[in-house]
Parts: sequence; C-alpha cells; structure tokens
Amino acid sequence: MAMATATARSAVLLLALISFLLLLPFLAAALSVDSPKGRRVLVLLDDLATKSSHSLYFRSLQSRGYDLDFKLADDPKIGLQRYGQYLYDGLILFCPATERFGGSLDQAAILDFVDSGHDLIIAADASASDLIREIATECGVDFDEDPLAVVVDHIGYAVSDTEGDHTLIAADDFIDSSVILGDKKIEAPVLFQGIGHSLNPSNNLVLKVLAASPSAYSANPKSKLSNPPSLTGSAISLVSVVQARNNARVLITGSLSLFSNRLFRSSVQKAGSSTRHEKAGNEQFLTEISKWIFHERGHLKAVNVKHNLVGEADEPAMYRITDDLEYSVEIYEWSGSSWEPYVSDDVQVQFYMMSPYVLKTLSTDKKGVYSTSFKVPDVYGVFQFKLEYQRLGYTSLSLSKQIPVRPFRHNEYERFIPAAYPYYGAAFSMMAGFFLFTFAHLYNK
Amino acid sequence: MVGKSEPINGTAKSQPPPSPLSPKSPDLLSGYFSFKSLKLKTKQQELLIRVSILCLVYVLAFVTRLFSVLRYESMIHEFDPYFNYRTTLFLTEKGFYEFWNWFDSESWYPLGRIIGGTLYPGLMVTAALLYWGLRFLRFAVHIREVCVLTAPFFASNTTILAYFFGKEIWDTGAGLVAAALIAICPGYISRSVAGSYDNEGVAIFALLLTFYLFVKAVNTGSLSWGLASAFGYFYMVSAWGGYVFIINLIPLYVLVLLITGRYSMRLYVAYNCMYILGMLLAMQIRFVGFQHVQSGEHMAAMGVFFLMQVFYLLDWLKHLLSDTKLFQAFLRMTVTSAVGVGAVALGVGTASGYISPWTGRFYSLLDPTYAKDHIPIIASVSEHQPTAWSSFMFDFQILLFLFPAGLYFCFKRLSDATIFIVMYGLTSMYFAGVMVRLILVATPAVCLISAIAVSATIKNLTLLLRAKTKAPQSASGKGGSSGKAASKGSLDQSQPFQKNGAIALLFGAFYLLSKYVTHCTWVTSEAYSSPSIVLAARGAHGNRVIFDDYREAYFWLRQNTPPDAKVMSWWDYGYQITAMGNRTVIVDNNTWNNTHIATVGRAMSSYEDEAYEIMRSLDVDYVLVVFGGVTGYSSDDINKFLWMVRIGGGVFPVIKEPDYLVNGEYRVDKGAAPKMLNCLMYKLSYYRFGELTTEYGRPPGYDRARGVEIGNKDIKLEYLEEAFTTSNWIVRIYKVKPPNNRW
Repeated sequence: MAMATATARSAVLLLALISFLLLLPFLAAALSVDSPKGRRVLVLLDDLATKSSHSLYFRSLQSRGYDLDFKLADDPKIGLQRYGQYLYDGLILFCPATERFGGSLDQAAILDFVDSGHDLIIAADASASDLIREIATECGVDFDEDPLAVVVDHIGYAVSDTEGDHTLIAADDFIDSSVILGDKKIEAPVLFQGIGHSLNPSNNLVLKVLAASPSAYSANPKSKLSNPPSLTGSAISLVSVVQARNNARVLITGSLSLFSNRLFRSSVQKAGSSTRHEKAGNEQFLTEISKWIFHERGHLKAVNVKHNLVGEADEPAMYRITDDLEYSVEIYEWSGSSWEPYVSDDVQVQFYMMSPYVLKTLSTDKKGVYSTSFKVPDVYGVFQFKLEYQRLGYTSLSLSKQIPVRPFRHNEYERFIPAAYPYYGAAFSMMAGFFLFTFAHLYNK
Repeated sequence: MVGKSEPINGTAKSQPPPSPLSPKSPDLLSGYFSFKSLKLKTKQQELLIRVSILCLVYVLAFVTRLFSVLRYESMIHEFDPYFNYRTTLFLTEKGFYEFWNWFDSESWYPLGRIIGGTLYPGLMVTAALLYWGLRFLRFAVHIREVCVLTAPFFASNTTILAYFFGKEIWDTGAGLVAAALIAICPGYISRSVAGSYDNEGVAIFALLLTFYLFVKAVNTGSLSWGLASAFGYFYMVSAWGGYVFIINLIPLYVLVLLITGRYSMRLYVAYNCMYILGMLLAMQIRFVGFQHVQSGEHMAAMGVFFLMQVFYLLDWLKHLLSDTKLFQAFLRMTVTSAVGVGAVALGVGTASGYISPWTGRFYSLLDPTYAKDHIPIIASVSEHQPTAWSSFMFDFQILLFLFPAGLYFCFKRLSDATIFIVMYGLTSMYFAGVMVRLILVATPAVCLISAIAVSATIKNLTLLLRAKTKAPQSASGKGGSSGKAASKGSLDQSQPFQKNGAIALLFGAFYLLSKYVTHCTWVTSEAYSSPSIVLAARGAHGNRVIFDDYREAYFWLRQNTPPDAKVMSWWDYGYQITAMGNRTVIVDNNTWNNTHIATVGRAMSSYEDEAYEIMRSLDVDYVLVVFGGVTGYSSDDINKFLWMVRIGGGVFPVIKEPDYLVNGEYRVDKGAAPKMLNCLMYKLSYYRFGELTTEYGRPPGYDRARGVEIGNKDIKLEYLEEAFTTSNWIVRIYKVKPPNNRW
C-alpha cells in the first residue's frame, strides 16, 4: 500500500517535472511577451560573401538580441510562414540583383508580410532588379528608372585619395527626429554610394530620413549628360522609411554598401569642409535607425481605455445627454527593455459623432495615465471616444470606442417648473371658480 | 332622433304575419319535446339568425385572412411590420416604460432614433396586451404568433363594428350586409392578412369605432357616447397617423351640418365633448404631442370648435332678443368679427411660427402632383402613387357600382347619420384616388354605403314579392309608416310582370353578390397573401419555386458579421436588417431624416472612390444591395436607383439626374450613360454578373429583370469586396475594405 503510494507520488513528481520542462520555453517567452515585436529576422542575400563584408552591421543587430537567419535569395526552401504562422518578425533584403526569390516567396508574399505588421529593410544597388524596384514602389518609393544612374554630387562628395567620379557622397541632411535617429546627434556625415529614389507624392506615410544635398543629381557618371537628370537636389532621397497604418516599419535605401564594413570603418571628410571625422556616420546612423525599424524605439501602446460617470467606477452601456463623464487611457512607450510611461501634453480625445463635439487635451499624471472629464453635449446619437495620436517617429495610436447617448427619460424632467406656476394657478382657480359657480347657479334660487 | 330608423325596423318586424304559435306553445311543450318545443318567437328567431350570421361573418373575416399562413408560414410580412414586431418584442421583454423611453442606437447610425417618441404605440401595446392576456390564461403562445394574427383578429372585430354602424345609420339589415361585405372586401384585406402586422391593421378598427361612437353621440346627444368617441379617437391617435383624417372629417361634417341648418344641442354636446377630451387624450401620445394646438393640419377642428361656441351664443341671443331685425344686424356683426378674429389669429400664429405649416404629406393629398415636384422621398414610395382605375376595380369590384346607388338611398333619406356616411364616403373616395394606400380608408365607407344599397334594394324587392299575399293589409296599414317602400309598392302594383321582374332582379343581385365573394376570395389568395419577403414564382413545369433569399442574407449577417457592424443599404431594407439581421443600419423605413437618406443615395450613385469616402465617414462595414437580374425580380435596387439619384441630388447638387440618363431614357445595357455604368450601385449589382448565363440562348450577363444584356461586364472593385451573395443572387452583401496599409 505504502509502496504504491510512493510510486504514485514519484510518478506525479516526474509528471510535474516533465511538464515544467515542456513549459519552460513558453514561460521564457511569457517573460518577454510584453516586447512589442519578436526578434527573429530573415536576411536574404545575393551572395554569402555579403555576410562577411557587412558583418559589422549584422553583429550590431545580433548583439542586441536579434536572431538572424541568413539565406540566399534563390534558396528554394525560403518561406516566410508555415501553417499560417509567420516564422520571422523582420526581413532584410540585401539582395538587390535577385530577379525572383526561391521557394514560395514573391512580391505579394513580402507585401503581405508587411501588411500583417512585420518590419522590412530593403537595400537596392546600382544593379537593382525589377523585383526589388517593384517592392519599393509598392511601399511608396520610386527608384530612378535609368538602371545605370547613380547619385552624383560634385560639391557634397566625400574627399578621398583619388579624384574619382564623386559618386561616393557624404550626406548629412538627416530628418529632425530624435525618435527615429536617437538622442545623440550624428556628427559625422554618412557615406553613400548607390542609386537615389524619390517619394511618391500621393503616399503620405513615407518619410525621407536621409536626403541628398541640393547639388546632387542622379545620372550615369560614365556617360555625358545629354538631358537634364530626372532626379535632382534634395528631392533625391537616399534613405527613406515607411510606417504603415498597422505600424509595420519599412526602410528603403538605394545603397547596399551603406551597410558595409568598408564604409563603417572609413574615415570621412566632406568636400569643402575642413573637419575630418575618423569614422563615417554610417554605423551610428544605421544602428539607430535599425533600432527604430525593429521597434526598439518610438513604439507606443495604449491600454485600459476607461470611461465612466463622474463619481462612479463602472463603465455604463449608454450615457444621457448632459452627463458628466471621465475618460482615461494609459499610454506607455517601449524603451527597448521595458514599458515606460509616455509623457506628453498633446494627447487629445474627441467625443465624435460625424464631427467632434468635444475635443479635450488629456492631462497626464506622468505615470502613463492620461485622463480628462467633460460634459456630454446636449445631442443624442451614437458617439465615439476617438483618440488619434500621430507624432513623427511614434507608432500611431488610433482608438475609438462607441457609446450611445440617449435623451432624457420621461421622468427625468423637472416635475414642476417655476415658470409654469401661473398656469397651475389658472387651472386650479378655474376649477374652483367653476365649482362655486355651479353651486351658486344651482342653489341660488 | 333615436327613433329615426325605427319605422323601417318596425315594418321589417311586422312583415311576417303575427305568430299564431305563441298561444299554442304551452300545450305543445308537453306534447312535442324535440323540435317544435324549440320553436321561437319571430323576434327571437330574427335575433338568432342575426347573431349566427354575425358569428359566421366574424369567423369568415378571420379565416379568409389565413391564406398567407397556409401558403407560406406564420411569418411577419413586408417592411414596416418588421419594425413593429421588433418593437413589440422589446415591449414584451422590457416593459412599457423602457419601451416608452427607448433610444435605439441600432438604426440611423450615428444619429440614433428615439423609438418611444417617434412611433404610434397603439399597435404594439395592443399586441402586447393580447400576449399578456393569453399568457395569463396559460396559453403558451409566442409573441410572433400574436403579432401575425393581430390584424385578422381586428378585422373580425371591424365586421361587428360595421354591423352596429350600419344599424345606426340605416337598419339591421344594412348592418348585416355591411358586416359581410367588409369581412371579405379586398381593399381591407390587402392590409390585414395574417402577418401584415402594421398600424393599419388596428387603425381601421379604431377609425370605424370613432366614427360609430361619434355618430351615436350625435344621434343621442349623450355625453357618455361623446366621451366614448373621445376614447375611440385616442385609440386611433395612438395607432396610426391617419387620425388626421378623423380630426378633419368630423369638423367638416359639423360645418356642413351648421351650414345646412341642422345645428342642434346634440351636435353641440357630441362635438365639444369629443374634441376637447379627444385633444387632451391625444396629447398623451408623445409622437403627436402638442400638434393639436400647433399644427396647421389640426386647425380646422379648432376653428369649428370656436364657430360652434359662436353658434351657441347666437342661439342664446336669439332667444333673448325678440326683435329679428336687431338680431340680423347682430348676427352679421358677430359672424364677421368671429371669422375676422379667427383669420387674424391663424395668420399671426402661422407668421410667428407657433402654428406649423402643413406637412408635405398633407399637401400631396390636396395636390397629387406636389410630392412629385417637391418631395421625392414621398413620391418614391409605391403605395403613395395615385391610384390606377384597375386597382379600384380590383379592390372594390361590385361595390364600385353599388356605392353610387347607396349614395342615392342616403340622399333619399337624409339624416345626421346618413350625411355623415355620405361625407365620409365622398372624401375618402377622393383620397383613395390620390394615394393607393388610402383605398384602405375608403373601404369601410364604401362597404357601408354599398350595404345600404344592397339592403334597401333587396328589401324593396322582397316587399314586392310578398305584396300579393298581403296587398290588402299593406295598402291600409303601411301607407303612413314607411312612405318610400309603401309608395313604391303601390306604384309598382299597377305595373305588369312586377313579380317576375322582382324575382329576376333578386337573382341578379344574388349573382352579383356571389361573384363578389368569388372575386374577393381569388384576390385574397392570389394577390394579397404574399409576404414579399419570401418570393414565389412558377417554375418551368408549373411547380412552385420559393426564393427565400432575404432571410438567407439576413441570417448570414446575423451569424457572420461583428455585432456592431454597420450595414448600408437603401432605406427599404433597414427595418428588416435590424429586425432579422440584428445589425446597425444607416437609414431605414422611418424616413425622418432626408439628408441622411440623401447621403446614402449619393454614395450609391457616386463612383467607387467617392462613395468610399462617404462610407468611411459613416463607419460603414457592409453594403447590401438587392438585385433581381438573375431571377427576374423587378423591385430591386437597380429599378429603384433613379430615386436614389433623385433624392441624393435633391440635397447634394453634385448628383445630377441627366448624367444617368441617355436621351431621357434609363438603361443599363451598352447604351447606358458612362456614369451609370460606373456608379457604385451598378457595380455592386452587376459584379461578376457578366460571367453568368442566366437564360438559355442568351449571352452571359443577360439581365432578366430588365430584359437586356448589361453594358459593363468587366467590373473591378477596388474598395469593396464581395462578402456574400444569396443562392438566387437577390441579396448581395459587400464588405468595405479598410484603408490601404502602406498608402
């Protein structure tokens, strides 16, 4: 009997142990579950040599915990998803020459990947294939159509030992956003050698992060310029980012060498400038922007949207006109390791029915809670609490919560109105008078 | 006044020879126990026959309205009844006060609708009371069954009322005939078949009740009948907007009596009691509110009320002033000043905005072309169209010929009551000519007046037949009592073949009446028992084909869309979507906000990208269109489309009707206008239709409802995607895509 109990106990123990071991990876995952994005990244290359020639960039990603999976772009076993689940959280396309991908991957699959909320880095080059160009076009960026054209700048080029053709340019026209490029100012210019692109004017989600100088133009440096170049000046974008409506982020650049060890290590002196930087700005620039692309920075989340009547805790199913209500929401920002309270004084909420009836700036307690209170307008209908928060570099917050507003019930009006007392008086005096008159009329004879 | 109809009754009763059996009966009782002992007095016999006829008519009126249940199933019909059903369900579940204060956020998104304040609650309360009553008696009925059978039940009650009304204005014979006629009259059946759970179902009962009680009050001059008619009016006001007819007809009637010099104390009591109490009671209905004192449509009643007081005053003064000359002068002065004061008050009230002007619906009754020019939304409803001659024939059949005959009889014997029925008949016939749906209001009057014709004719004919046997008696006894019948009898006696002629005429009358019965039954079973939510057609082999696409689509919505999804459709389907699909709609059949409907009309008639902006601004998730091109169902959205353009263009001038027409012609084939071929409604209706062969020997994309091959077969949708199409393509539902992720 006792032995039976003992075996049973040990069996239970063993079972617990096994289940614990099985659960361990999930538990580990659960600990980091509040990170906005996962860290599995697929890197597609034209040539495995890129892996070593760009190793500094890859290493900076790996040192921040990214799990890079290198594959050749024509590897027949590439697949972004299996059984409807995405295998990766990010995709880096360092394969400018690829005409078609191997496996099940194609342009539509990559765009679906982005549309389901995943991040993408595209680096093209002078030899960019139509496939890469089309993916870029779908993201709102048009590379120069001339396949031989590269960005040339005869004023803003990087000084080097040989005179060269001024296609290696030193660009320092960064976007003014510490959210995207980090708090530390990028001192050294970024060395860029590759093709330029322009932004599609009908796309208002794409941003120019690194623009060419006003003296740059996009043309074939080996041939004589017969027509004026189609892309000139600061309309040329060297590095652009797109933050899609679902907050997926895409980086597009026309230079694969931008990421290379050679330019990372190179010293830089911009033509016409006397200062010579020991190291080009490429490393800092790309590291910072990669942090942004992979949601280590500039990611907001809004939770615990609550609204209730002043003095009550529960959320009602419906408000009445002229009710006083409180609205609160918690907004946090991902700092790369934890969720920190987001502090700002420009978060606004609308009480909206076809147009905003109330627009209030939320006040914050600096611990992430934003709140306000206001009176429901004297209009009934189906309203929405709308919070639309779009700031440069941050993920956009778009919350709406529907709530009907009803008119007064029949017994919520005042029972006796002071202004009506003359009428009450008139009615009752009339009744009394009629009664007296009847009495007098009937019995006076 | 009470005895006014008695002479006829008297002759009717005295027609059979005095019963010789009554003295015998005591000894017969002991002898024959079985049949002869039950032999009754003539009066009792007549009562028995009358009651049994009424019972049969009562049952008949109910039974003939059950065709729809037998043909299809116990279901709610058409459009508005679904709203009534939904509200009744709410009333029975949540109770009266919740119903009274119900703010519905599921319709008219995002405006919402105060249901309690914008409906006539009479129907719902009636059905709920029936339901609670049955529950109390331990009948475990479902509220839907109660709703389905409410209209037939009230139709049966109307027959009883018609009997009493006929009795009041003519005699019991006319009452019985009226009850029988109204029980099966198609004009009434069209709105009261089982399942047609609409306001009119109880309102016709309430209308007739009010009129009957008012006539009774005028005839008796009794306060209690006046009070009863005020309550009848209250019930009518609570049940249907058609009460405006009552509140205008009764003052008109009173005015006519005043002009024809039939002013009496009875009239004074009846009208004042009914008007004042009825007005106060009607104000309790939230939807009506203060309209009785503030709306132009109700001012006639108030004017007549004051005129009545002037008459009373004059009467009194006439009594005081013995000098007629002085009185004449005074009369002129008072009447002029009274009319002047009234006109000034009306002018000031209208100018200051206290008295609202007449509504469009009211105008369109007085001027049938008004709606067509000014209010397309009223003109777009098929039941608001002017009536075609054929539908008069369809709905009344022989009554159409009996009606003038009945008017003749009424004029022959003018009394306060017959004047009333004549006025009711004439005014309602006019309105029936203006609007198809008002045939319903005319039906009781037509039945009553026709019943007078039938009853009087048959009575005269039978008198002739019996005249020979009791000619000596009648010549002496009846000469004074019943002038008309007797004089007619004596006149006819001199003519040859009068008896044969009478027999022939009687047979003719019975032939006509039996034709009427077969016609009514046929119309009821063929035309008026279709629920219009389930469509039936004859297949190629004569078999019945049922298209149940509407319910299929609404069920799909209920099961497959998020509970707060917003569905945009033309307003016709709004009530059904909320009641059956349980989803929020943008517009519905309560067409209270023209701008909102025009916005939907604009979206439907715009290009897809413009429509997308509108749909986004209204948070639309799904778009529902009705399409009959596959089945040949002609009342689909493409056929209604010109109204969408017209209503949309009425508010948003960017929509222009000529853009959709080619040489003033509306077409969907290759010759159609380019805007027509690319507007949202066209695209949604004909999406993927170009691939479908609908009829053997026709090219693909052949529209069977319009009989043409469509003009745009290659339709691409950019902002919407097809979500569901029912098995016969009658209802098509599209999902509005979210905005492009990367643009």
